[in-house]
Amino acid sequence: MFFWIIQRDLLLAVRRRSDVLTTLFFFVIVVSLFPLSVGPEMNLLRIMAPGVVWVAALLASMLSLGRLFSSDYLDGTLEQMLLSPQSLSILVLGKALAHWLVTGVPLVLMAPVLGIQYDLPADALFVLVLSLLLGTPVLSLIGAIGAALTLGLRGGGVLVSLLVLPLYIPVLIFGAGAVEANMAGISYDAHLSLLGAFLLVSLVFAPWAIASSLRVSME
Amino acid sequence: MAINWYKYASPASFYILAGKMVPFFAIVAIGLLIAGLYIGFFVAPTDFQQGEAYRIIFIHVPAAWMSMFLYVVMALWAGIGLAFNTRLSSMMATAIAPTGAMFTFLALWTGSLWGKPMWGTWWVWDARLTSELILLFLYIGFMSLQAAIDDPRRADKAGAIIALVGVINIPIIYFSVQWWNTLHQGASVSVTQAPTMASVMLTGMMIMVFASWMYAIAVILKRVRIIILERESHTAWVAELRKKGAL
Repeated sequence: MFFWIIQRDLLLAVRRRSDVLTTLFFFVIVVSLFPLSVGPEMNLLRIMAPGVVWVAALLASMLSLGRLFSSDYLDGTLEQMLLSPQSLSILVLGKALAHWLVTGVPLVLMAPVLGIQYDLPADALFVLVLSLLLGTPVLSLIGAIGAALTLGLRGGGVLVSLLVLPLYIPVLIFGAGAVEANMAGISYDAHLSLLGAFLLVSLVFAPWAIASSLRVSME
Repeated sequence: MAINWYKYASPASFYILAGKMVPFFAIVAIGLLIAGLYIGFFVAPTDFQQGEAYRIIFIHVPAAWMSMFLYVVMALWAGIGLAFNTRLSSMMATAIAPTGAMFTFLALWTGSLWGKPMWGTWWVWDARLTSELILLFLYIGFMSLQAAIDDPRRADKAGAIIALVGVINIPIIYFSVQWWNTLHQGASVSVTQAPTMASVMLTGMMIMVFASWMYAIAVILKRVRIIILERESHTAWVAELRKKGAL
């Protein structure tokens, strides 16, 4: 059932490619706006790069949250999921994972190209990819809580940003921090370990929170 | 003498009880406030390092403590409301949020007023200031989520989940911000080395802490009364009160 959900969501994403591409291009455009606003000074851009890429990834991942449950909510699939004998936590874990595969992974793959725009050295690019790889699933898991809570509400899109962005802060700090540490010549192991810890903690707690949020929203 | 707690879990009887408690806490709060401010402004000596500007701690420190404490209390009530499905607990959580947000804002505001003469800047990205700012965001998230939901029971439960997620995250956020701060060394000033305080200053500050505490209880009880009335306006006991002219 868990894999079935992932498979189904991936299939839906493939059928509606534009959704995935919109998020990806949003990410690219936001990152490209910064040089235009602060100037093409390469030294400055190199310092800013980890933060800019990470903030853009945060926003891109958050913007796509609206789609996570809304179509299933509208066509009644979500109701069936709630009624099914399967544990709802497992089902929503599948949905969050599919969301990560559809939005998070493209961001991770695109990040090195954007890093080159900012003249990041090769090993910093590697750390950037690694940190995004560990961090973006956490964004999907935490974001799914917000998406479930704001399901069907007026102005849900803006509201979800108020709810989840403060919770994203630790991931942002250590994600961007890992790249900065690498560029400063310090070990980035601790950052990545902490990102991994966040991933494990959110894997344990988030499905439960998402499931109870969905139950509250669907009552 | 045993108090029947279950009786006061009912909004109708708590409404009456809270009405009796509000004046008591309000009077105590005003009394302590006058005493605390008097000590703060007239009795406590001028600090030899910070001059007169240090006196802002008499408001700043209680506000900062209350802001953090109230979030935990709010999450506790929200959690009880979610677990036992008690309406009154959720109403308490809803009533606490604005007061908590107010104290958070007050702590940030007085902090920046203190920062200008001491550090020469209104704002530094110090770990404590940043965490306090994020706490304000969490309060705002909680309140705007509840405001966006029309059905009060759904608002209660949704708010409870986000408050609980927030309370789990607060220590993580706090330590992340602290780590971030020590790594970047952005802020050259640090608030951590608190100089040992003259005892009269400490007394004044503690009195102000209790004053804020009493104020918070009074205002929250007052607000929960209003929330009870609003939600129970269709019930018989509210109609009874209205008939008696008690409203």
